[in-house]
Amino acid sequence: MVNNSFSMTLLSRSSNESFARATVSAFASQLDPTLEEISDIKTAVSEAVTNCIVHAYNSGIGKIYISAELIEPNTIKIKIRDRGKGIENVPKAMEPLFTTVGGERAGLGFAVMMSFMDSVKVRSKVGKGTTIIMSKKISQRFSVNG
Amino acid sequence: MSVEINVTGEVVTAYLSGELDHHSAKQMREAIDTAVELNMPSLLVLDFSGISFMDSSGIGLVMGRYRNLQKAGAELHINGAPPNIYKVMKLAGIEKLAKLEGGKTDGK
Repeated sequence: MVNNSFSMTLLSRSSNESFARATVSAFASQLDPTLEEISDIKTAVSEAVTNCIVHAYNSGIGKIYISAELIEPNTIKIKIRDRGKGIENVPKAMEPLFTTVGGERAGLGFAVMMSFMDSVKVRSKVGKGTTIIMSKKISQRFSVNG
Repeated sequence: MSVEINVTGEVVTAYLSGELDHHSAKQMREAIDTAVELNMPSLLVLDFSGISFMDSSGIGLVMGRYRNLQKAGAELHINGAPPNIYKVMKLAGIEKLAKLEGGKTDGK
């Protein structure tokens, strides 16, 4: 059952990368995650948003749609969508070290998302855009004050 | 985001601080490359103890510097990576390219 959610739309400017990951991690903090879990979520969101900026919109300006849901009892589901150029071959794009831009990009974006989240799903259509849905279960800790 | 450079003999140390993502990587890269071009070190040390966040853009930065240093026959060390940054470095297998130190809460 979904017990909370939010959504926002951002322009694909690189200065919004830190805003996007900070916002999603602040929302996730309602589940009382550990520092490591928060860092994992921040990193995965940063990768997905950077993909929209660098690949989907090819450093031009477009919209990035971000939403997140808290699903009882302790899961966060994050959706990051663009209306950019899309990915021709999704399995290939998800291979570690694969990059279409070369240079200073390591080609590890999807590898990081898959390693830091419990599940990552990618839907993409050339010319239409890409949607990434990822989720993570937060460990449940018992608070002293109940 | 800032980069502080320290030169001792043939060693250039770059103290990186702030958040290292696709947005900030370019400026950090330029500051490091300028220091390397000027001093032609035999060892470049990238100190990550002041970095609070890093995604795979940081891996791109490390790999790019490694390639440049390799051409000049110089070495690369990564120091003081906090646990969250050490985790990304290990995932990328950076220890195969550079001596990697860190992973502890105090960054040692």
